[in-house]
Amino acid sequence: MTGATSLGLDDVIELGRQFRLQWEQAQQSYVLLYPEGMVKLSQSAGEILKRIDGKLSVAAIVKNLEQSFPNANLHDDVMNFLEVAYERGWIHPKQAS
Amino acid sequence: MNAAGSTPSKQAKPIGNPLWLLAEITYKCPLHCVFCYNPVDYTRYGKELSTDDWLRVLRESREIGATQLGFSGGEPLVRDDLEIMVAEAHKLGYYSNLITSGVGLNEKRIAAFKEGGLDHIQLSFQDSTRELNDFLSSTRTFELKSKTAKLIKQYQYPMVLNVVLHRLNIDHVQQILEMAEAMEAEYVELANTQYYGWAYVNRDHLLPSREQLRRAEEVTNKFRERVGNKMKIYFVVPDYYENRPKACMNGWGSVFITVTADGVVLPCHEARMLPGLTFPNAREHNMKWIWYDSPGFNTFRGDTWMKEPCRSCPEKVKDFGGCRCQAYMLTGDARNADPVCDLSPHHHLIAEAVAKAQQASSKPATVQPILFRDDKNSRALSESTVAQP
Repeated sequence: MTGATSLGLDDVIELGRQFRLQWEQAQQSYVLLYPEGMVKLSQSAGEILKRIDGKLSVAAIVKNLEQSFPNANLHDDVMNFLEVAYERGWIHPKQAS
Repeated sequence: MNAAGSTPSKQAKPIGNPLWLLAEITYKCPLHCVFCYNPVDYTRYGKELSTDDWLRVLRESREIGATQLGFSGGEPLVRDDLEIMVAEAHKLGYYSNLITSGVGLNEKRIAAFKEGGLDHIQLSFQDSTRELNDFLSSTRTFELKSKTAKLIKQYQYPMVLNVVLHRLNIDHVQQILEMAEAMEAEYVELANTQYYGWAYVNRDHLLPSREQLRRAEEVTNKFRERVGNKMKIYFVVPDYYENRPKACMNGWGSVFITVTADGVVLPCHEARMLPGLTFPNAREHNMKWIWYDSPGFNTFRGDTWMKEPCRSCPEKVKDFGGCRCQAYMLTGDARNADPVCDLSPHHHLIAEAVAKAQQASSKPATVQPILFRDDKNSRALSESTVAQP
């Protein structure tokens, strides 16, 4: 299960089941909640994570973000963020069930 | 820091919003663990908050920003209205955690928690062996806990296993981790005992030797390498073996609220032991006032309360002088530096306890018998606390 170390463009990704993404009014930011704590997310991290729904592939998420923010060249930043999120166990490729 | 618009006060920083709410909904517990952090005189405290009181506490705390919620105790499953609180917590947007011994959890209840939106369950074990688990909790619960672990998996909860470590079980870390792996735990907390409450009374029985600690960490690191990401292992060292204090509660009144069974609201779950402080009761005040304005929550905010060596120490911004309760328990003054710090003039108190723990024999002759947390011992200890000058 820990064999794959990086995400492929075609991988459909989802949040780990112990994580929950939520908008926090008091902090004016998205936060990622999990059993032992909470990560306050930057605006861009929030924009990326909220698109992860267990249906879209990595490529589709990048495309979706590029449509929402057409002036920025996002591809590399998004991929970097997703890799870090994967390493931390926040997200993973959806397993066929 | 620019606190434009804030009221003039002693605070260098404006008061932030709380993030964590620990709801100790009852002190009742079917277990009698020797390291329990509950107050030793818990039998003295009054009536538990009603369901409606708790629902209001949840609502008001959420309004001021609390996001993480722990249902704890005692054993929270003792309360049969927990299902109602769980459902309300979910509606309010909490990330909720049931911190339990597993005793009292059955399929009907876990189904209701799932339905109500409970986010996860932290199950405590006392040891990997039935003998020691049952001895340490003074009950026969090991088989029951194992069944509970299966239920937690069956209902697709992430499994967070908590094992409190100390002198009597720390040599079993390998077996404990293997047990956790067999249960497919996602998180394992190997939390060395912190010496408060019952654990403080039993400290000489529980503090491990340096060598025991070293071996346990080595085993843990090897295990981590093997299992990688699938199981996250936290290893919390006992602060007695540190030379700087823990940043207790991330600072007094900084992110954390505890509400006790009888409604007293505290900046940490031990603070009610501190003399001379009055903590508000949730029956009488709303959580917003309690957090921002109550004297109890403001006493140790900022650093103007500090004495030397903390006051002029550059590290005070990192550790806030450590733990007020530990300072009080060991030195008699909550404003002193936490004696864990080797700059504290009272550090020898920690050093002496640590030195004692290095003795090869597991039972120094002078040690009092180990005290299980139960009502009889609590009443005896309450009398001895009251009798003090």
